[in-house]
Amino acid sequence: MVARERAGAYHRLTVAAPAVAATARAGQFVEVRPGADRSLLLGRAFSVHAADPDAGTVEVVFDVVGPGTRALADVGPGDAVDVLGPLGRPFAPPAPTGNGGGPPACLLVGGGYGTAPLFLLARDLRARGCPVDVLTGASTAARLLEPEACARLGRSLTVTTDDGSAGRRGVVTDPMPELLAQARTGQVYACGPMPMLAAVSRTAAAAGVPCQVAVEERMACGTGICFSCVVPVLEGPGEPGGPSSTGTGTGTTRMARSCVEGPVFDGAAVAWAELGLAPAAADRPGVGERAP
Amino acid sequence: MTGAAPSPGARLGPGVPPAPGASPAPGASPAPGTPPAPRARLGPGPDLSVDLCGVRLATPVLAASGCFGFGREMARFLDLREVGAVVTKSVSLEPRRGRPTPRMAETPSGMLNAIGLQNPGVEAFCATDLPFLAGAGARVVASVVGRSAAEFARVAGRLAREDAVDLIEVNLSCPNVEHRGEVFATDPDAAAAVVAAVKAATGQPVLAKLTADVTDLVAVARAVVEAGADGLTLINTLLGMAVDVHRRRPLLAAGTGGLSGPAIRPVAVRCTWQVATALPGVPIVGTGGILTAEDAAEFLLVGARAVAVGTASFVDPRAAVEVADGLAAYLETQGCGSVAELPALFQPER
Repeated sequence: MVARERAGAYHRLTVAAPAVAATARAGQFVEVRPGADRSLLLGRAFSVHAADPDAGTVEVVFDVVGPGTRALADVGPGDAVDVLGPLGRPFAPPAPTGNGGGPPACLLVGGGYGTAPLFLLARDLRARGCPVDVLTGASTAARLLEPEACARLGRSLTVTTDDGSAGRRGVVTDPMPELLAQARTGQVYACGPMPMLAAVSRTAAAAGVPCQVAVEERMACGTGICFSCVVPVLEGPGEPGGPSSTGTGTGTTRMARSCVEGPVFDGAAVAWAELGLAPAAADRPGVGERAP
Repeated sequence: MTGAAPSPGARLGPGVPPAPGASPAPGASPAPGTPPAPRARLGPGPDLSVDLCGVRLATPVLAASGCFGFGREMARFLDLREVGAVVTKSVSLEPRRGRPTPRMAETPSGMLNAIGLQNPGVEAFCATDLPFLAGAGARVVASVVGRSAAEFARVAGRLAREDAVDLIEVNLSCPNVEHRGEVFATDPDAAAAVVAAVKAATGQPVLAKLTADVTDLVAVARAVVEAGADGLTLINTLLGMAVDVHRRRPLLAAGTGGLSGPAIRPVAVRCTWQVATALPGVPIVGTGGILTAEDAAEFLLVGARAVAVGTASFVDPRAAVEVADGLAAYLETQGCGSVAELPALFQPER
């Protein structure tokens, strides 16, 4: 472990992991396990916030929500932590624009520490020549992730907070339709709590814009063997990841492991209603927020 | 000592294949038509190979059912031939969707799971997963599950036609089922009926996987052996529960789940010892909370023929191989030439 700093309400952990830093892509995650307490067996899954191949370091951001993250918040420089990764499917390139235009404009939507993977993504999209707009939201100002840095990710930044302590009062889906229309957005990317992802997916779909979401489900292994972190997805040949022998389809949806088939899914392919996130409930901020 | 508990530090080295995102079909998928030869451990050092119900295994360390998927994902991290055998996730007659999430909760030195036997069904398993395992040269123990003795027998009967299946494990004890009546291993007669039906349907040797959540485990073990079980797997997860006190509800969507990990190891060692003592000569696969070679040695000393590594694979995908390597080192410290010598060295009177 190289450094741990506060980042608003969150902790930012920098670890030396050269092999991970060299290959990690936006949307992928690492399993991080504090080395000291052996009664905590499992790694915690965090999306890669930053990766520096030259320095061989990887950064993750986390919130203290239980014993594991509390232990990680206590490690200091020089302490050993266990890192496994990079794991999972990264964000895919934006959908091609219809009439042979240039690189499509992309809207990146982050909720709380779910904004973390959008930093690497913004860099990649800018390198592709895509205009990038960023929309980030949280319950309150302290729970926005690195808002100053967010302002440098793209050509615009829009902020919402539930309590109005920063940016506009409300949730990210409030300004979304206007942003999509203004920018003529060709692709939405989102990461945050599941209810937010459900609402963002629906808002994007209503505007006819494809949307990729990086989901958060409780994981044990992170490698595809425990089947804990499943998400119901609609069956069909066009779904991300395609057919799989372990997708046990019954009817129209199947349970897909978010660690190997995700964490990035097509927002239109996730059966949000089966997660208990029916459209009405999905608009309420903070509902069903769960620990990583 | 090289236990399975991973040494701190970054673990994916340059030699490890990239993540699935970088390559849609990850892993060591061998070229079709060229099944690799079973891998022998050559050179000096103790003999780790064991005979399990007539099947020769390169090491006594199996990958436990439900903790290794169907092997495909783990081929990124290890050569499946280096695992004593891959015990598959349990396979049922029809596909099963499993339980809602959250399916997992960590507890002190362990975890609860309520996956609910999600699997693609026996036909998809035979069409897709089994050929992969065969191509990778893995020894395969197919775990079967059903809601009745007849259903167990139909699954086993389908697998009887598959040469790639070396043994059958009858999962009589998954706690994550709709009714406790499906936990056949809580009743000697019900467990024996399932085993008898499976034995009649298959030619492969049959292991019966039992639960410690019973008053008299030896009675259940004796009943399934009399019904034809060639060996026993001890133990399945223990039925447990954990509560989110802030939100005042169970941590698992299913309410209860199966407890695994080092928290249950003393229970599993005790069960192995009790049954090995009562039924000498019946091969036992000991499993429950093994993280290190020393953990595995506990089971082997009290009479297990082999062991299976479960939750440890969630912590370190290479756990089954590292425990085997550590066992070789342990055997040398004990002056043992082979795993089979261990039980005779155990001194029950302290």
